[in-house]
Amino acid sequence: MPQWGMTVDLDRCTGCEACVVACHAENNLPIVGPEQAAMGRTHQWIRIERYWEGEFPNIRARFMPVMCQQCDAAPCEPVCPVNATYHTPDGLNAQVYNRCVGTRFCANNCPYTVRYFTWFTPEWPSPLNEQLNPDVSIRSSGIMEKCTFCVQRIRRAQDTAKDETRAVRDGEIQPACAQACPAKVLVFGDMSDPDSQVSQLANSRRGYRLLEELGTRPRVVYLKEADA
Amino acid sequence: MATPNEAQINRDLLGPLFKTGPRYYIAVALFGALTSVVFIAWALQIMFGIGMSGKNRPSFWGLYITTFVFWIGISHAGTLISAILRVVQAEWRRPITRCAEAITTFALITGSLFPLIHLGRAWLFYWMVPYPNSRYLWPNFQSPLMWDFIAINTYLTGSVTYLYLPMIPDMAVARDKATGWRKKMYRTLALGWRGTEREWVRLEKAISIMALIIIPVAVSVHTIVSWDFAMTVMPMWHSTIFGPYFVVGAIFSGIAALLIAMVLIRKYFHLEHYLQPIHFDNLAKMLFAMSLLWFYFTFTEYLVTWYGNEAPEMPVFWSKISGRFAPLFWLMVTCNFLIPFPILAIKKLRTIPLIFFASSCILVGMWLERFLIIVPTLTHPFLPYNYGTYWPSLTEASIAAGTLGLFVLLYFLFAKFSPMISIWEYEEGLQVASKHAGDVHPGH
Repeated sequence: MPQWGMTVDLDRCTGCEACVVACHAENNLPIVGPEQAAMGRTHQWIRIERYWEGEFPNIRARFMPVMCQQCDAAPCEPVCPVNATYHTPDGLNAQVYNRCVGTRFCANNCPYTVRYFTWFTPEWPSPLNEQLNPDVSIRSSGIMEKCTFCVQRIRRAQDTAKDETRAVRDGEIQPACAQACPAKVLVFGDMSDPDSQVSQLANSRRGYRLLEELGTRPRVVYLKEADA
Repeated sequence: MATPNEAQINRDLLGPLFKTGPRYYIAVALFGALTSVVFIAWALQIMFGIGMSGKNRPSFWGLYITTFVFWIGISHAGTLISAILRVVQAEWRRPITRCAEAITTFALITGSLFPLIHLGRAWLFYWMVPYPNSRYLWPNFQSPLMWDFIAINTYLTGSVTYLYLPMIPDMAVARDKATGWRKKMYRTLALGWRGTEREWVRLEKAISIMALIIIPVAVSVHTIVSWDFAMTVMPMWHSTIFGPYFVVGAIFSGIAALLIAMVLIRKYFHLEHYLQPIHFDNLAKMLFAMSLLWFYFTFTEYLVTWYGNEAPEMPVFWSKISGRFAPLFWLMVTCNFLIPFPILAIKKLRTIPLIFFASSCILVGMWLERFLIIVPTLTHPFLPYNYGTYWPSLTEASIAAGTLGLFVLLYFLFAKFSPMISIWEYEEGLQVASKHAGDVHPGH
């Protein structure tokens, strides 16, 4: 059983947000409009967190792409009263849209604040309504959603590999964000294979996990050279 | 004061059941209108989506959960206080147990609406009920919300039973006085009560057992409500003292609600003979003790957070002490401690109007306390990029405020249907008192 994971190379990220756009297109993320966005109701399964360091003129911006960390010990999972969020055997933190009743408890217990709620029935202004991805379900009003590591792409690649009676090759699966990233910040793959690119990167000395001290054991590993 | 005889007690206490003035209808219409606001707003919210509330990311919870915790807290007025006083056989409890137990039942009914109102898909609430189904799908018993669901249902069942048991002899008295459809109703509710020796022995035994059972149930309910927060990893929610802190707050606001209800019942049903200053004085002393306990818990909670100085907790802490939420925080301290402390501590100030004022302040303060536990933590999550704001919407505010109408309406309707002072318990108290020669004051 593969164990999916991702590395995020902060030394390469330019903050261009191509990943954010790609994610919107791939995963049918609702477009909420300026008023709702101002209220904090945007959907960004991956977002670029920008932090400023220092005072002008000695100032620098730090970019940090943050998506669901697919924690092995995910705090969101035990709190759901209807088991709408659970762990798949290949290490994905899955959300069952049909089962969700919308208590939003999972989102409150997510230290990374990466869960997004559908406050109203989503609508896409034309022509965006013509480009929805048929592989991804549209989430109705009143339920929780979040990054799936593009599970539809994982499953399709696994099916293809099975048809061709072979294993999924390293690098064969690319989530939309990783595919769109011009700086090759995001690398996806099987963490249980020590030779995969993602394992090699994750085990490099630059690797660390976000809010590691909480013991959530995230599947996303950030790479950052210590500042001189 | 002359001790009232049995006929007079029946007349005084059953009077409101059979005589209804215009003031009552006006009040029912008013609170009924307020109640309908709740259901209209809720219907709109179901129709258009939970986005009708002001919640957002990161403030996924808001006024609904605040008001939920508030009402569950109020529900501790009754059953717990009446049960404790019964168990320790405090004689002065007799005229107040019924109004207290009724508060519990109706506050629980009102409060338990909120977890449903708050759901994104309220029409699927029954998925939280463990019922057999073809897909073998069960609710998640690891979730504090499931514990809540079970605890509140247990408490509601227990407190309805505990309210009803001592009502049986009173229902029989009402049956004997009533005519027409009411006679039928009271006859059913009196369960064929005849007042034989054996019935009394069994009733007393059942009441004592329920009183003993309901105390741990009540304590567990608010502990479990606190675990909705304490079980998470969030800054200033993840606290080991939340269980007792919430129970103390619940009893605190519960006694305040009871005092307010007693003042109003006394005034509008003319029960000055029955609810005497001594009852208010004794409860006010209990309220004083709870105010001190509340302050102690709050002080401990904030001192430990401040001294620990942990990076994720400090933004939440400072937002309450000196930041955006500071006006509400200091209003809470004023309402829960600074105002009630002198009023309840100084004997001269412990008058009924001032106790009423202090209790009203405490209800405001305790509602704010719940708000200040929930919202500042949510708007200051671990990663500062996600800091947010929260402002309740009109839908949300009218539902939260409207449930006050629902609670008062239920309470008013109940007062038309059952004597608000337990007739037989009051009479029993007079007999007990007359046995102690020279000690006929009901306050001792």
